[in-house]
Amino acid sequence: MHQTTAAPAIVATGLRKRFGDVVALDGLDLTVPEGSVLGLLGPNGAGKTTAVSILTTLLEPDEGSATIAGADLRTQPGEVRRRIGLSGQFAAVDEVLTGRENLVMIGRLYRLGRTRSKQRAAELLERFDLSDAGDRPVKTYSGGMRRRLDLAGALVAEPPVLFLDEPTTGLDPRSRIELWGVIRELVSRGATLLLTTQYLEEADQLADDIVVIDHGRAIASGTADQLKAQVGGERIELVVADAARLDDAHQVLAAHATGDIEVQVPARALQAPIDGGVDVLTDVLQELRHRQIEISDVGIRRPTLDDVFLTLTGHVAEEPDDDAQRTDRAEVTA
Amino acid sequence: MSQTAIEPTTAGGAGGRISWRDTLSDIGVIAHRNVIKITRVPEVLVFVLLSPIMFVLLFAYVFGNSIDIPGTTYREFLIAGIFAQTVLFGATFTGAGIAEDMQKGIIDRFKSLPMSRSAVLAGRTASDVIYNVLSVAIMALTGLAVGWRIRGSILEAVGGFALLLLFAYAISWVMAWVALLVPSVEVINNASFMVIFPLTFVANTFVPAEDLPGPLQTFAEWNPVSAVTQAARELFGNIPPGTPEPTAWSLQNPVLYTLIWVVITVAVFAPLSVSRYQRSSTR
Repeated sequence: MHQTTAAPAIVATGLRKRFGDVVALDGLDLTVPEGSVLGLLGPNGAGKTTAVSILTTLLEPDEGSATIAGADLRTQPGEVRRRIGLSGQFAAVDEVLTGRENLVMIGRLYRLGRTRSKQRAAELLERFDLSDAGDRPVKTYSGGMRRRLDLAGALVAEPPVLFLDEPTTGLDPRSRIELWGVIRELVSRGATLLLTTQYLEEADQLADDIVVIDHGRAIASGTADQLKAQVGGERIELVVADAARLDDAHQVLAAHATGDIEVQVPARALQAPIDGGVDVLTDVLQELRHRQIEISDVGIRRPTLDDVFLTLTGHVAEEPDDDAQRTDRAEVTA
Repeated sequence: MSQTAIEPTTAGGAGGRISWRDTLSDIGVIAHRNVIKITRVPEVLVFVLLSPIMFVLLFAYVFGNSIDIPGTTYREFLIAGIFAQTVLFGATFTGAGIAEDMQKGIIDRFKSLPMSRSAVLAGRTASDVIYNVLSVAIMALTGLAVGWRIRGSILEAVGGFALLLLFAYAISWVMAWVALLVPSVEVINNASFMVIFPLTFVANTFVPAEDLPGPLQTFAEWNPVSAVTQAARELFGNIPPGTPEPTAWSLQNPVLYTLIWVVITVAVFAPLSVSRYQRSSTR
């Protein structure tokens, strides 16, 4: 999926945009290799939607340039539109039309022709599990169905580059997980995807690379693992069955630890920073067994993107403001 | 998903210039979408069909007996005025429709598609002509039922209807521009009411312009609503012989004056609206 040798499908340099006194984008650079998924992660008002609006030609940047699938944003906006699909935060489908009519209309506006548009509409309704609802007006659809239809709209012409602006904001957890499945499938078929999200878990689940933005500029980038490593690496956590063997276990860990080992005597627990993940864990476990040190729990703890966000921005990712986001809060505070 | 469906050609030109044929096709797709909506939103259809009937009956029977126009019956005089007023109100649908699309975010979808930049507005103004064709047809039938007659040639009468529709089409572009400036359905409806009511009443629609006091008379004479009404009256043969010739040039040459208005209005407001559309965003 993620080929480092592929030419970048999206390159943006120094994008700036002001709305009056508000600086929405303050020199944003992005590079998305072909066939990969970039997660643009940031809180509300960070500039995510402005970035997507600029890259999809809805807004003109005040400064900066970008190339999408080889077409220049400023000089070839028509070409850019031909090569992208956009699915926005607010399902941009016509409520009075049926799902099928919406997709056929979009197909015709991509100039696929009448027959091909109808054929694509039928295929997409089937694929997004909307066949039964396809001939009902969209106003009868649930929130999740609308989002699926909106996403289907972005795929009508099979564009090589897709922009999904907060595709799951406001969805219930079940619909969100369903939509993740759909997005994963898209990516497995080779599409390049720029995804904005305020959900750390979503970026972690879907994105190859993540750019964290705050106040219109990138404050960190890398894979989810790299970002987590910036905050602090992996740690082995183990609990010995017999408190008397704590010292022995400490010796075993000391051989692998990359830093100080934390000991919590009452909990019979040890924590050691390591570098090397599961291999190190396996070695540690073998030695513990060899020395007949019985353990009651063991695991590798990696920092979550929540830790990353907190460290980078000094504030928690997002204050939830609706039901769908409440799940995230539970995960953040857990 | 195959990556070859969209040929990354440069046939569209560097700036993505779109051929006339494709532009017309886009306009057709957008107009078709709007027409589907006419049939699905019964409230709108009812308004389109019932309000003309109401206007004709109200004016014919409430005012028809108390307003006296020399040489003709008031109903005969009135019908062309009601035609003009109704198509003018019909044009506000354009504004309401565009404001609604802006609010719902579908404009963002359209703007991200490789379609003609003017098609969303041109498709809307085109489909709104269909609203007005329906309204005019209903009004004409109601008018015939209450005693209105076409007394000139059929060809002239067709010309009269065409002129009314052209006039409404021009006003549609004004409404499109207003809707892009103030994308709120409520504001559009209220604002157009406040502009259209005086425009249609300070005119020769319901009373002869000569009967109005000084400055109002001058305004009424040069008001394009008066001109299109006067033109329709002439083309329907509803001006009885012996009626004194109007003194203002605009009403002496109402067809020409109306056409000049239509051309200028479209020439100014269509490009203004399209450029405003390109810069607008729902975010």
